[in-house]
Amino acid sequence: MKVGVVVFPGSNCDRDMQHVLSDVFKLKTEMLWHEEEIPKNFDAIILPGGFSYGDRLRAGVIAAHSPAISGIKKMAEKGMPILGVCNGFQILVEAGLLPGALLKNTSLSFMCKWTEIIVKNNKTPFTNKLKINQRIPIPIANGEGRYYADKETLRTLKKNKQIVFTYCQEINGSSLNIAGICNKEGNVVGMMPHPERAAEPVINPIDAKPASMIFQSLLKSLGVAQ
Amino acid sequence: MPSFRVNVIIENKPEISDPEGDTILHDLILKGNHASVKKVRSGKMLKFEIEAKNKKLAEKTILDLCNEFRIYNPLVSRVTVESFDT
Repeated sequence: MKVGVVVFPGSNCDRDMQHVLSDVFKLKTEMLWHEEEIPKNFDAIILPGGFSYGDRLRAGVIAAHSPAISGIKKMAEKGMPILGVCNGFQILVEAGLLPGALLKNTSLSFMCKWTEIIVKNNKTPFTNKLKINQRIPIPIANGEGRYYADKETLRTLKKNKQIVFTYCQEINGSSLNIAGICNKEGNVVGMMPHPERAAEPVINPIDAKPASMIFQSLLKSLGVAQ
Repeated sequence: MPSFRVNVIIENKPEISDPEGDTILHDLILKGNHASVKKVRSGKMLKFEIEAKNKKLAEKTILDLCNEFRIYNPLVSRVTVESFDT
C-alpha cells in the first residue's frame, strides 16, 4: 500500500504529513511533484496544507490546474481515497472535486489556534474509525477558511451526508460551522484543520487519539489494519 | 492587429458578506464622519493587455479565459469586463 503526498510550490505541511504517514502510521509514502502525472501504483492521495503559489489570485486556484490534479480527478472517479487538508481542501474545491468555496475568514485575519471539531460522517475512508459526534481537538491555521455554499448546496450536502466535520462553535463564519466535507461518493474528503499536527501526543497538548483515528481510518480503508 | 486593455473586476455577489468592505466602511469612513457613504464593497481588479480585431472580441476572449481558468469563482463572485484602447 502506498500513499502519495502532492507537493506544490508553496506547500509547507508536506513533510509533516509524510512524517505522520510513514513514521507514525508506517505507511509507505512518496512525495509527488505537482508538474508530473501521478503513477498508477498509489492507493491514496493527500494534498497537504500550505500556500500553493502564494495564494495568488485565490487560495488553491492555480494549483487546481496542475497535471497532478488532472490525474487525481480520474483517481477520484475510480473511488480512490483522497484527502485535502487546509490548502489541499481549497485546491479540491477549486478543482471542482468538492462543492462550495473557501472565503476569507470573517475576522480577515490568519487564524492559528486549537479548536475542536465534531464528526458528522463516519463512513468515509478517513473517518471510519471515529464515532458520530465524537470531538477531535485539532489546530487550524488559515486565512481563507470560511466554508461557503449556497442554500441549495447546503441542503444537498446535508441530504447526502457530505458534511464530515463541523466546528464545535462558530469561529470563522463558515456556513453551518462546516470544517470538512466529502463528495457524494465519500472517497474525496477536504478539511481545513490539520490532523497531521494533532495525531501524536508529543505535539497535541489535549488528546492525540481522536485525530490519530483519521489516519487509522485510512489504514482500515486500505486494508492495512482492522 | 489592434491592442486593447481589458479590466476584469471580481467582486463577491451581493448576498455574500464582504468583511473587508464592511471594515473599510465602519472603521474608516464612518468613523471619519462621512455619513453620506452607505456602502463599500471590496474586490479585485486584473488588467489584461490583449491583441484582438476589436473591443468586443477582446472582451469575449478575456471573459472566456476567466471562465476556463476559474479566474473568479462563479459560486460566490461575479465578474465585470471593461475594455479600453491602449
